[in-house]
Amino acid sequence: MAKSDWLGLKSELPPRRRLTLIVLSFVVPIALWSSVSYVPWLWHPNIRISVPGDVDYFVEDMELPRVDFQRELEKVREAGGTMPEGVRVNPIYLPPPHKVARAFYTAFTTEPRLPNEPWLHESLGVSIRTILWGFILSSLAGVPLGILCGTYRFFSRLQEPFVEFFRYLPAPAFGALCVAVLGIDAGPKIAIIFIGTFFQQVLVIANTVRKVDPALIEAAQTLGARGWKLVRRVVIPASVSDIYTDMRILLGWAWTYLIVAEVVGTMSGITYFINQQARYRNFDNVYAAIFMIGIIGLTSDMVLAGIGKVIFPWKRRTRSGRKSILEWMQEPGSAWRKEPPNPRAAAALAAKA
Amino acid sequence: MSLHTLELPDYREQAPEVSARFKRIRERPVVLSVKGLRKDFGSNGETHTVFDEVSLDIHRREFVTIIGPSGCGKSTFIRIVAGLDDASGGEILLDGKAIHGPGPDRGMVFQGYTLFPWQTVKQNVMFGLEMRGKAWNTAESEARQWLEMVGLSKFENSYPHELSGGMKQRVAIARALANEPRILIMDEPFGALDALTRCKMQSYLLQIWKKVDVTILFITHDLDEAVLLSDRIMVLGVNPGGVREVIENPVPRPRSVAQMLSPEFLSVKHRLDELIHGPVTEQEEERLPVIKLTEAGDEVE
Repeated sequence: MAKSDWLGLKSELPPRRRLTLIVLSFVVPIALWSSVSYVPWLWHPNIRISVPGDVDYFVEDMELPRVDFQRELEKVREAGGTMPEGVRVNPIYLPPPHKVARAFYTAFTTEPRLPNEPWLHESLGVSIRTILWGFILSSLAGVPLGILCGTYRFFSRLQEPFVEFFRYLPAPAFGALCVAVLGIDAGPKIAIIFIGTFFQQVLVIANTVRKVDPALIEAAQTLGARGWKLVRRVVIPASVSDIYTDMRILLGWAWTYLIVAEVVGTMSGITYFINQQARYRNFDNVYAAIFMIGIIGLTSDMVLAGIGKVIFPWKRRTRSGRKSILEWMQEPGSAWRKEPPNPRAAAALAAKA
Repeated sequence: MSLHTLELPDYREQAPEVSARFKRIRERPVVLSVKGLRKDFGSNGETHTVFDEVSLDIHRREFVTIIGPSGCGKSTFIRIVAGLDDASGGEILLDGKAIHGPGPDRGMVFQGYTLFPWQTVKQNVMFGLEMRGKAWNTAESEARQWLEMVGLSKFENSYPHELSGGMKQRVAIARALANEPRILIMDEPFGALDALTRCKMQSYLLQIWKKVDVTILFITHDLDEAVLLSDRIMVLGVNPGGVREVIENPVPRPRSVAQMLSPEFLSVKHRLDELIHGPVTEQEEERLPVIKLTEAGDEVE
């Protein structure tokens, strides 16, 4: 195939190339990070002292900027004496990939320093609980309201202008208020996630419901459906799989509100962990914890996408909305897909067996 | 070769059995009665009348087709009959009673299939039955019968996206008929299909119509389709909008594709062509300002 096909306008790539690109999308940033970490002449702005020499304030393992080290080196050279020695290192806040990778394990096994400090898995548990409660409470109110607004002009006109206004108010701005009303524990944190999610949710879902093909509604009307039955049997099922996709996106947004939410009141969850580890200067743990949020988010999205495929079988071919990595891999003809791409071939195979 | 070169009979001449058939149809009760229907579209205070004074009586088990150039309001007309649009004047009676909004007594088949993608073929056909309050078991067995009639029993558990266009439209027909409507309204139902499938669907439709007690109001812009299927053809025009003529189709039944070259068929088709496009002569034909871009001596005609 010609090289220009890599950049074919809107045309799908063959499975092997697609897989290469999926892998590259992760490999390229990791390779950049690795080269800055492991190639000594790339960046490495500091010196870690290995031999203090005759500089009075130098001690072993001390780190200082290269220019300062050079200056001291010159001074010692002029005065005569034991020369200090050191190696070029990156600042402590940029640990190399292997240390962060190790921290994925060690962060879970390191005993907390303070007696009442939670373990990492406990912190993660608190964060996930906060997210879920915030998201569930928001969905309980937001999904029905969104469907009402999308279906009936009455509710749309009555609710949406205010919701539209409210969604511009930054959720963290309500932090102090939430603490005053709900105390300092889990309450205000869940409330922040609720505020951050709910108003977007109503508008996004209303919009999705409004996009239901009017021809389907007309067809249902000529078949005798009307009123609430029309909503329950046509409007909701016609939009439910797109609402599901919306919810996946909204859950991602809820995660982005997590950190600000956990600062409100007493700091808790993964935010507390990150903060403490940064204080102890365990930056490998800090990175590991941040990446864990990403991994949890990505995994849950892939799981939800997989569940979506099972519960919405009619969407398997006519897909709309956002794709997860899982779906990118499962495109027809993908190397990751197990079953043959067309049903006839599948039937033929079955017949042979 | 154009139609003008053939010596065609008058399209109003009917063989004795054809006129006897029309006499029988006229004796049947009127199912749908449209009286002086008018539709205006308004924009910025200006109103534009799409059609006015459209009157039509359709008798039981009659097959009536509406044909006309684009903009004549044929789709608007049947949307009003289906109750999906409001008329600006006139009235529509179904079995003598005025209609109010859409209802299961007027089944509709749309050009865009409009099957519910989240339901299997069987569930789609069951939809109307369940809406009318039938028990699930009854609805299921009735739906199975309708699917058998359109020859899609094997696909009852498939989803619409797994079917071809022609199969989807057969499901849509079964779904509309399952409600046992008084009249089946079809809005260019085969317009999105390829020529071969379309031809098959026309013969399927004739077979179904023969077996089921249903009156059909059909829209098309395809002259052959109109002549092949219908008893009467109502031609709508533009500027001014309204009925040009209601033609009693002299092509005898049972119909088949073989009749498409019969003198009666061609005479009706010729008349429709005249009504819709106006009498066209060689000189009047629009000339495109095309500059000759081929080599001299390289003529195609």
